[in-house]
Amino acid sequence: MNRRNFIQSGAILGGGLLISFTIPQANKLSALAKPVAAGGFTPNAFLNIGTDNTVTVTLSHVEMGQGIWTTLPMLLAEELDVDLDQIIVRHGGVDKAYNHTIYGIQITGGSSSTWSEFDRYRNAGATARTLLTQAAAQRSGVAVTNCKTEKGFVLAGDKKFSYGELAGDAAKLPAPQQVTLRPPSDWKYIGKGSKRVDAQVKTNGEAKFGMDMQFSGLLTAMVAHAPVFGGKVKSFDATKAKAVPGVQQVVEIPGGVAVIADHFWAAQQGRKALQVTWDNGPGTALNTTSQTIAYKRLAATKGVSAQAKGDADAALAKSAKHISAEYVFAYLAHAPMEPLNCTAKIDGDHCEIWAGTQLPGVDQANVAKLLNMKPENIKINIPFLGGGFGRRATPASDFVIEAVHIAKASGKPVKMVWTREDDMKSGYYRPFFVHNVQVGLDEKGMPMAWNHNIVGQSIMGEAKMFGPPPPVDDTSVEGVKGSPYLNTVPDHYVGLHTTKEVVPILWFRSVGNTHTAYAMETIVDEMAYAAGQDPVDYRQTLLKSSPRHLAALNLVAAKANWKTKLAPGRFKGVAVHEAFGSYVAIIAEVSIVDNAVRVHKVDCAIDCGLAVNPDGVKAQMESGIIFGLTMALYGELTLKDGQVQQNNFYDYRIARMNESPEINVYIVDSKEKMGGAGECAVPPTAPAIVNAIFAATGKRIYNLPIMNTKLIKQA
Amino acid sequence: MISLTVNGQPREVAADPNMPLLWVIRDLLGLTGTKFGCGVAQCGACTVHLNGEAVRSCVTKVSRAAGQQVTTIEGLSTNNNHPLQLAWQEADVPQCGYCQSGQLMSAAVLLRENPNPTDQDIDDAMSGNICRCGTYPRIRAAIHQAAKMHQGGAKS
Ligand code: FES
Ligand code: FES
Repeated sequence: MNRRNFIQSGAILGGGLLISFTIPQANKLSALAKPVAAGGFTPNAFLNIGTDNTVTVTLSHVEMGQGIWTTLPMLLAEELDVDLDQIIVRHGGVDKAYNHTIYGIQITGGSSSTWSEFDRYRNAGATARTLLTQAAAQRSGVAVTNCKTEKGFVLAGDKKFSYGELAGDAAKLPAPQQVTLRPPSDWKYIGKGSKRVDAQVKTNGEAKFGMDMQFSGLLTAMVAHAPVFGGKVKSFDATKAKAVPGVQQVVEIPGGVAVIADHFWAAQQGRKALQVTWDNGPGTALNTTSQTIAYKRLAATKGVSAQAKGDADAALAKSAKHISAEYVFAYLAHAPMEPLNCTAKIDGDHCEIWAGTQLPGVDQANVAKLLNMKPENIKINIPFLGGGFGRRATPASDFVIEAVHIAKASGKPVKMVWTREDDMKSGYYRPFFVHNVQVGLDEKGMPMAWNHNIVGQSIMGEAKMFGPPPPVDDTSVEGVKGSPYLNTVPDHYVGLHTTKEVVPILWFRSVGNTHTAYAMETIVDEMAYAAGQDPVDYRQTLLKSSPRHLAALNLVAAKANWKTKLAPGRFKGVAVHEAFGSYVAIIAEVSIVDNAVRVHKVDCAIDCGLAVNPDGVKAQMESGIIFGLTMALYGELTLKDGQVQQNNFYDYRIARMNESPEINVYIVDSKEKMGGAGECAVPPTAPAIVNAIFAATGKRIYNLPIMNTKLIKQA
Repeated sequence: MISLTVNGQPREVAADPNMPLLWVIRDLLGLTGTKFGCGVAQCGACTVHLNGEAVRSCVTKVSRAAGQQVTTIEGLSTNNNHPLQLAWQEADVPQCGYCQSGQLMSAAVLLRENPNPTDQDIDDAMSGNICRCGTYPRIRAAIHQAAKMHQGGAKS
């Protein structure tokens, strides 16, 4: 396989080989690899091979649990021909070379890291291997064609050179214009997988997260935020806060008051003692109950067209049977395990940041703007992320900017930390949504008309990151728009009402699919029952022109023995959905105990095209299913007079070990286009569970979370 | 000054007796393997051993640890070789990894008390530890695996 090469080569100070990526849009010269000190910060490097045989891979993407710390180095190791455990992995800083190959900014998100980097990392490895082989050929006098590599060595005739020995010579050679990638039949890692490279440091306490930043002189800051979104500080009295031992300073910043102290506990005590009077502003008008009523009213009217065909209203009027449903989806907090935090240190016209962030380039630009500094003077260091789920990709850099404000106002280096309560109450949520769906069935029970109106805030519109707000934000309708079911319906209409609220919102693991898949997969289930058909059979009929949905559905139905009768008291539900280019079908097995659901088993099949790291894909399916289970059972933030009513894990519950079902994951053997793995298991989980609940109780659940509905087993 | 033994080392800290052990460990002693997740005994990320018992260090006053033995994740084994640590790596349990110190410290007490735990025992002992990444199935499998390996002789 020949690929055009966008790779540069060069030398590391001290004689090693440096492989970096060119930046296609930019001046070629700016992308030339500059010599750097061994072990030092290397702009736009992807791969360093030291004369001491160290192989260092610098990642363009960040590790937040999804396993990219392992998968991207695997791609490189595959072509470089080294053992994965020989490789040192680190996060890159900010550099255009690390920009997403599709999105054009430096971002980890959209379940896209593996497929979007599949070629680039392999090319980097192949470039290094080619150069090292050439260097060995030169040194030994053996023709290149008679040289081969083997786990960190080049074998040239009867001579054997380590990569380290050759790195200096290789660095002097020009990078090849084209490289030949290994054919799939030769792959050792790709498709076979590898153990996680970061498992060691994540089992002995060594892994460093943003929260773990410590250096001499670093203080801890905690912020009293306005209790209502959009609220402002009217006045504050810091006398009592300053009297707390360990509290150093109290400063006002936009949106709050920061208490700066020697350590977390002093900062927390200080914040408790702080007296702030707030100007809550108009945000106090927001209540979940009134919001629900208003959104439902709006959802009953025709929204801006997102997708339309024929005349849905006329067809509905003619249909033999009518199914009508109104769904309500609450605001949700991402609640990553590591509460948000950021360390900032300002030094003259430079600023250094340590933050677990999915959007480092945007953070750099935002900090530069705030401090009126050059972007290149803002250094962003990225430790491991203690979960992200979208929350650590804020276009406004909210938590980074907050830390910088404190560092600026206090003149001290600070680690700004949020408590769990801050994390839950301070916003950036999955938006609140309402769907109104009207489906008309023909005599055979197949859909002939479909009217679907959605109401909610626009993530893209409020992110202001990808240009002006679109009239129809795809992230509000994805999963309904383009649904394979809708495509079979001759007359249909998908409408969107975009609302505005003071509540800050953001992408949340699987984004719009968190609610659209629920609406689609539960109403299709209703349709199947209305048609008197088995839910899997009914979907198979509707999906007959959607081979990848069908492949996942058929596989899971076979593996879960869908047609086999279950033990008494056990019930099954099914759902299938595409998100981020991957197709996931889920069958959940439940029982009803004490008026609540217990999920015993979840079978899952995925078609993601080539699974580069199959066990990594399985881990992401497990993760997404449990994330979806939490969302289904407990996910709900409510607002009263503009204030979030939930506080911590006791009233914003997360599924625990005793609720964790047996999970079996099956990967479709697929040659189709690669998709993502990090998010796609979330969407079908909740609908599969509630479809099983329907089988058990005869009750449809239109308002998540399930815990709000008392479940009664059918006699 | 409060004296306590952390991972076998005698330590002295100038701390208010009410200061939670978590912040003494992290911010005064600089051992950052023990994590903060909720601060209210809901998530288990801060689990350490106090005289061999699993405690939530975020709600344990340092005064309770005075003169006592504290073990953190850094002291669970000498070389990352506790059967649970080995089983965790073998099963690729960690995702983001943030909860895992607490998971391991809870599991270590379970395994010491009950060398061959059933699924129900695991549910009972581990349901105080939240993993937002949903690594529960692998934690369960790894505990069973470690129970099998436990005869290997590593300390707990
Ligand atoms: S931080 Fe102690 S239990 Fe959550
Ligand atoms: S591994 Fe991320 S919270 Fe458990």
